[in-house]
Amino acid sequence: MREPSLLSAIGNTPLVGLPTLSPSPQVRLWAKLEDRNPTGSVKDRAAAAMVLDAEQRGLLTPGSTILEPTSGNTGISLAMIARLRGYRLIVVMPENVSAERVSLLRSWGAEIIASPAEGGSNTAVARARQIAADHPEYVMLYQYGNPANALAHYRTTGPEILADLPDITHFVAGLGTAGTLMGTGRFLREHRPGVQIIAAEPRYGETVYGLRNVDEGFVPELYDPSVLTGRVSVTAEDAVRRTRELLDREGIFAGLSTGAILHAALAAAGRAQRAGEAAEIALIVCDGGWKYLSTGAYEGDLATAVARLSGSLWA
Amino acid sequence: MPVTVEIPTILRPLTDGAKTVAVAGQTLGEVIDALNSAHPGIAERIVEAATVRRFVNVYLNDEDVRFLDGLATPVADGDVVTVLPAVAGGQAERLGAPGHPAA
Repeated sequence: MREPSLLSAIGNTPLVGLPTLSPSPQVRLWAKLEDRNPTGSVKDRAAAAMVLDAEQRGLLTPGSTILEPTSGNTGISLAMIARLRGYRLIVVMPENVSAERVSLLRSWGAEIIASPAEGGSNTAVARARQIAADHPEYVMLYQYGNPANALAHYRTTGPEILADLPDITHFVAGLGTAGTLMGTGRFLREHRPGVQIIAAEPRYGETVYGLRNVDEGFVPELYDPSVLTGRVSVTAEDAVRRTRELLDREGIFAGLSTGAILHAALAAAGRAQRAGEAAEIALIVCDGGWKYLSTGAYEGDLATAVARLSGSLWA
Repeated sequence: MPVTVEIPTILRPLTDGAKTVAVAGQTLGEVIDALNSAHPGIAERIVEAATVRRFVNVYLNDEDVRFLDGLATPVADGDVVTVLPAVAGGQAERLGAPGHPAA
C-alpha cells in the first residue's frame, strides 16, 4: 500500500478474528489492530486530527510550540507529527509511566515535564494548564476536550469497523480521554441501533486513588455517558492475565490496556453465550506490548507481575 | 454470605480504617443504607439526591451501576461493591467533602 507520507498511513488497520478466545462460532471476538498505526498506537488518529484541525483554524503555524498532558501514547503520536510539521513539543507526563515511553518521546525530540504520580493524569492536566497560563504562546490541543479527537474516530475508526463487521453487536474500547468510545460509539449507534458500546477502565492502586483531596480532578469534556451501554472497571490482575491470554492463544502482543479491554469483551461474550444470542464483538488493540516490557508484565508468576504494577499508571 | 463493600482510601476515616465492610441488603441502595448504619455519615459521600454522586463511581462486581439500575440494582450474597473516586483515564473529581462539586 503506497502513501504520500507517514501521516497518510494512519488508520485502515486490520480487524482480525480471535477464533481461539471466541466462545463459539455464534459469539465471535474481533480485534482492531491499532498498534499498526505509524507510531504504534490508536492515538495517531486523534493526534493527527487535532493537529490538522488546529492548523486549519490558524492556531498552529510553523515554529509553534505544542504543549500536551499525556501519559504516553498521545505524546508519542504528537512527537512524530510535530517532527513532520515543524513544531516543538512539550509533554507533561506522570512520573510513574513506563521507562520506554519516556525514551520514545525523547527519541522523537519531545521535551518532557514530569508531574507527580499522585493523581495520575489529573495532576498532569493541572500542571499543563498552569504552564499554558504562563505561556499563552503555547498551543494546548487538549485531547480530553478537543472535539477533533472524538471526530477522528467518528470519521475513521467507526466506518472502518462497520465496513469490516456489518453485523457488529458490541464495541469495546478503553476509557481514557473517551475519544475512541465517543466517536466510534456515536457512529456505530447511528448505523447499528441496539449496538452495545462498552467502556473498559483501568482500576489503579492506592497511589492513584489515595488522595486527600482531588481538587485538580475533572471529567474529560468529551465524556458523554449516554453514548455508552456499559462501563467495566478492570483490575491490574485481570488486565495482565488477559494480555497474556491474548499473546498465548491468539499470538497478539498487546499492551496492558488492551488486556483490560479484552477482559470486558470476554465478559460481554460470556453473557451473549449464556443467553444463547449471536454476537459480533469488536475490541480495540490500543498498542503493542513493547513499551511495557520493562514492567515485567509478560513473564513469570502473575501475582509478582501484578505487584510490580502497583502504583503505576499501567494503562 | 453478605455483600462486601470495598472502601476507597479517602473514605476509610469513616470506617475506622477498614478497607472492606460486609453488609446485607437486597439492592445497592439497601447495601449503602446498611453501610451507613454501621458507619454513619458515609452514605452522603457516595449518594446524593437518591443517585450515585457525580464524582463517585460505584461498581457491582466491576460494572458501573449507572449502566445497571443505579441504587435499585439487585445484589446477591457474595457480590462485591467497589466505591472509587472517579480518576480513571483522567476522570477525577472531589470525593472528600460533600457539597463541594468539582469543576
